[in-house]
Amino acid sequence: MSEDSGVWAYAITEEGHLSGPEGPVDLSWLTGVGEAKVRTVTSGGLAALVSDVSLAEFGEAALRENLENLDWLDEVAREHHYVIDAATRLFPLLPVRLATVYTGDAAVSAALTERGGQLRDALRRVGGRVEWGVKAYAAQHEPEGPNEAEGPDEAKSADADGEPAGGSAQPRTEGGVGLAYLRRRRAQLTAARETKTAAVTGAQEVHAELTAKAADARLHPPQSPQLSGVRQPMLLNAAYLLDAAGSVAFTAAVGGQATAHPELRVELTGPWPPYSFVGGDDDGR
Amino acid sequence: MTDADLARPDLTSAGYPAERVSLVDLLDRVLAGGVVVTGEITLSIADVDLVVISLRALLTSVSALTGQDPEAERADRR
Repeated sequence: MSEDSGVWAYAITEEGHLSGPEGPVDLSWLTGVGEAKVRTVTSGGLAALVSDVSLAEFGEAALRENLENLDWLDEVAREHHYVIDAATRLFPLLPVRLATVYTGDAAVSAALTERGGQLRDALRRVGGRVEWGVKAYAAQHEPEGPNEAEGPDEAKSADADGEPAGGSAQPRTEGGVGLAYLRRRRAQLTAARETKTAAVTGAQEVHAELTAKAADARLHPPQSPQLSGVRQPMLLNAAYLLDAAGSVAFTAAVGGQATAHPELRVELTGPWPPYSFVGGDDDGR
Repeated sequence: MTDADLARPDLTSAGYPAERVSLVDLLDRVLAGGVVVTGEITLSIADVDLVVISLRALLTSVSALTGQDPEAERADRR
């Protein structure tokens, strides 16, 4: 390894998982960030899946800059995920947070040794399990603001059509149209408030039901409409941890919740490697 | 159960590609999740909120793609 190269970490597993009864796991086909070959670094019975990266691109200063570049981040996040997702189908593992770079194999070994106990605990807790993502939005409802189809303009455009009845009827209906509009508007606002409240309550119920069916659950911050691409507010952005064998029943339960809660738009993603159940506040748990 | 059993979001209204949406879900996970094993090089950026960095990048990109942010676009329609 040259001085200007570093080591990118993808995942941690037990060394024993790499040599099953059917022989050693072959990772030679697997490429990661920058299409570099994935290899393993072992220490104290644990193994890290790593690949070499150029420090010109992945050194500290470069990382800071590159993390702000969406195209770079998109590509690297997908390459990182690809390795973890592929490996998680072969053996139980812990995903490593994006952008964990070491100066060399010795530093990786030292980290494995230093954190061995916590890593083994985490592997026992999530290894071999998968996570499912469930997002819920308030279902599409009537627009909250007036628009061409529902506002007082409706009456004007009808007049513009020049229908014979329109001209003679106008003086009589002017006040009526205005009042009807105000009533309709008030009803709309009330309905919108009630719909929002029902959706929030519904999302809480969905989360409680799904949590009861999962080994564990985590909440991610709701994504803003700009990020989610959905205009309605996101009311739930959750991850649920399941045994691999529990996925069929769980996804069916999500479908059941979607049907039971017409006030929500429910979206399912997964199965994911158990990213949301290691690291962060749970670190070392 | 099939995908059709679940309501799908209307991605066409967002004005940017669906793959960007799944990138958000991915970033939720790879930036906020994953085990933190101190890396020598990334030690000093551990205090920087990676999620904030990436979302800033994402928002910048979305505005660039749509030409304006969705709030402004909505206001224009009224």
